Amino acid sequence: MPFNIKELSTKKDLLTGGHRLCAGCGASIVLRQVLLAAKTPIVLTNATGCVEVSTTIFPFTSWAVPWFHSAFENSAATISGIETAYRALKKMGKIDKDIRFIGLGGDGGTYDIGFQALSGAMERGHRMLYVCYDNSAYMNTGIQRSSATPLGAWTTTSPVGDVIPGKVQWRKNLTEIMVAHDIPYVAQASPSHFKDLIEKVERALDTNGPTFINIISPCPLGWRHDGDISIELARLAVETCYWPLYEVVDGKYRITVTPRNKKPVIDWLKPQGRFSHLFIEKNAHLLETFQKKVNDEWEKLLKKAG
Amino acid sequence: MKTINKKLIALEGNAAVALAMKQINPDVIAAYPITPQTEIVMYFSQYVADGVVDTEYVTVESEHSAMSACIGASASGARVMTATSSQGLALMWEMMYIASAARTPIVMPIVNRALSGPINIHGDHSDAMGARDSGWIMLFSENVQEAYDNTIQAIRIAEDPRVRLPVAVNLDGFITSHAVEVLETLPDEEVKAFVRESKPWGRTLLDVDNPITMGPVALTDSYMEFKRNQREVIDNVMPVILEIGEEFNKLTGRKYSIYEEYKLEDADVAIAVMNSTAGTTRVVVDELRNKGIKAGLLKLRVFRPFPYKELVEALSHLKAVAVLDKADSMGSLGGPLFGELRSAFYEAKNKPLMLNYIFGLGGRDVTPDLIHKAYKETYKVLETGRIPEKLYSYLGVRE
Repeated sequence: MPFNIKELSTKKDLLTGGHRLCAGCGASIVLRQVLLAAKTPIVLTNATGCVEVSTTIFPFTSWAVPWFHSAFENSAATISGIETAYRALKKMGKIDKDIRFIGLGGDGGTYDIGFQALSGAMERGHRMLYVCYDNSAYMNTGIQRSSATPLGAWTTTSPVGDVIPGKVQWRKNLTEIMVAHDIPYVAQASPSHFKDLIEKVERALDTNGPTFINIISPCPLGWRHDGDISIELARLAVETCYWPLYEVVDGKYRITVTPRNKKPVIDWLKPQGRFSHLFIEKNAHLLETFQKKVNDEWEKLLKKAG
Repeated sequence: MKTINKKLIALEGNAAVALAMKQINPDVIAAYPITPQTEIVMYFSQYVADGVVDTEYVTVESEHSAMSACIGASASGARVMTATSSQGLALMWEMMYIASAARTPIVMPIVNRALSGPINIHGDHSDAMGARDSGWIMLFSENVQEAYDNTIQAIRIAEDPRVRLPVAVNLDGFITSHAVEVLETLPDEEVKAFVRESKPWGRTLLDVDNPITMGPVALTDSYMEFKRNQREVIDNVMPVILEIGEEFNKLTGRKYSIYEEYKLEDADVAIAVMNSTAGTTRVVVDELRNKGIKAGLLKLRVFRPFPYKELVEALSHLKAVAVLDKADSMGSLGGPLFGELRSAFYEAKNKPLMLNYIFGLGGRDVTPDLIHKAYKETYKVLETGRIPEKLYSYLGVRE
């Protein structure tokens, strides 16, 4: 895809300033990058969550695209209904425009409570892109663990106590679960690699079928880091292979960004306060397990990408 | 009344509702099968497979997604329908409040069925009554004909610019949904003309040149005004329901109002009831009348908005009313219909004695004998003037 930064800089921001997301929030950066890829008008649904509550406090809105929120667990079902209405009305000649549809949710609204609706919509084959901004916990309600929360992370429902050192489970690999839906396009992206991200969104929107992109979204509040290192942390997630950047087109894997030197995962963990307890001696085994899980998943991915 | 080619055919309730849906030919249907509604989605799927409707049918993976997809499609300017029962409706419950608040005029037949637990697939009104405060207009249908007619009228009511609210059309599970009855159907073109072409109201989500934000956060400074405005709308829909009923009457000769009365004018004692039990009650009224007993019947068609003024007017000349609820409202005064009706009479000058019978739960058979029992007991209360301490009793239960 030809990609011209100058041209992009002249594009209208479809998520405008003035919203109430935190300084350094990954989600707003992610979404502005996603929307930069749009070549046609977009209609967007938003699961309940940080982005929803922070961008649309009545009577204000930050959205310059038609935007709809109704509940937490149904962003995918809702956008599938909108896309269906579009097909019905287009068939009757009541609409002539070319419109694309994006369902949006955080990891809570996507990996967990909205998982069924997402799976259903993907199986039905709607022409829609589902974007998950994965900040790896229920940040909107105050940092509770989700199935996207990594091993050992402190959250308010996986607190660090005398006997339990944070989250005891690894994380659900949702991207691979979406690949298993046999849909034409699945990708993982990061706002630190914005060219890669925008190109992936372009490819997804150009695909005539259901598509899914999982995007890592640093959260200064929940990850416990300064807001000015959010993008750096997103980059470290890629460079440590915790969050590999790849895409699966019609079942064919391609790693889109291969780190030159794979960094140890502690480089990503260390700056985050939610992992600080992993660096005391008695939890050293958790760091080892963490590194091993990352290695295993990366090796598996390398094999799939041939 | 103009001459139209009406047809008498024998259909079960679900087939009649599906036929109405075919004739309405909505833009989008998103639905999920559940007993006893299942046949509706089966029949409609066949219509889609045969290409006799233009509808885009979304075979969602749950009722929650059904209602979510319907709301999205309706907010996009499409004419939208779905159908459900029981647990399906319960799963939609969250979204029903949002459908009415978003002013999406979705029409949904509810084939009434008991709610779990214990699980039971048969008919009662627990499902609909659970959604009674969700801001939907609720119509009830005695038989197959009414289910067909109400479904067609519901489209016009929902989409009327003075309304723009979702409408639920209730019919009794199995008793109506699976019973074959003769009904008079309208030709396709007459239904098409009656429901008119659907026109989006205001801006829609697909108006990409004028983007709107729908479903924002409304906090302490605005939420209450939203709800207040919504109430204003539903409080004022009755004239529209009557107007459309009148228009339908002109087309079909069948009368549709807020309620239907049977031998009520000179009655001493009446039963107030909804859906199919009205048919059984009518037979019992005739039997009692043959014995010189002045029994009457009021069958309620519009439960939401609740026509409290109209019902006081209709019933205040009576000496006693037995309210029959096919649903319980655990821990309250009695069944939901009873609670509302009794409350409506608080300021009335003439108050009939009022008793409550909870009946037919989980599809328990409602025989004429049971209805006779309700009339008999109510007469007894009337004679003694003594209202039982407990205002409700279960009819047809093994104690």
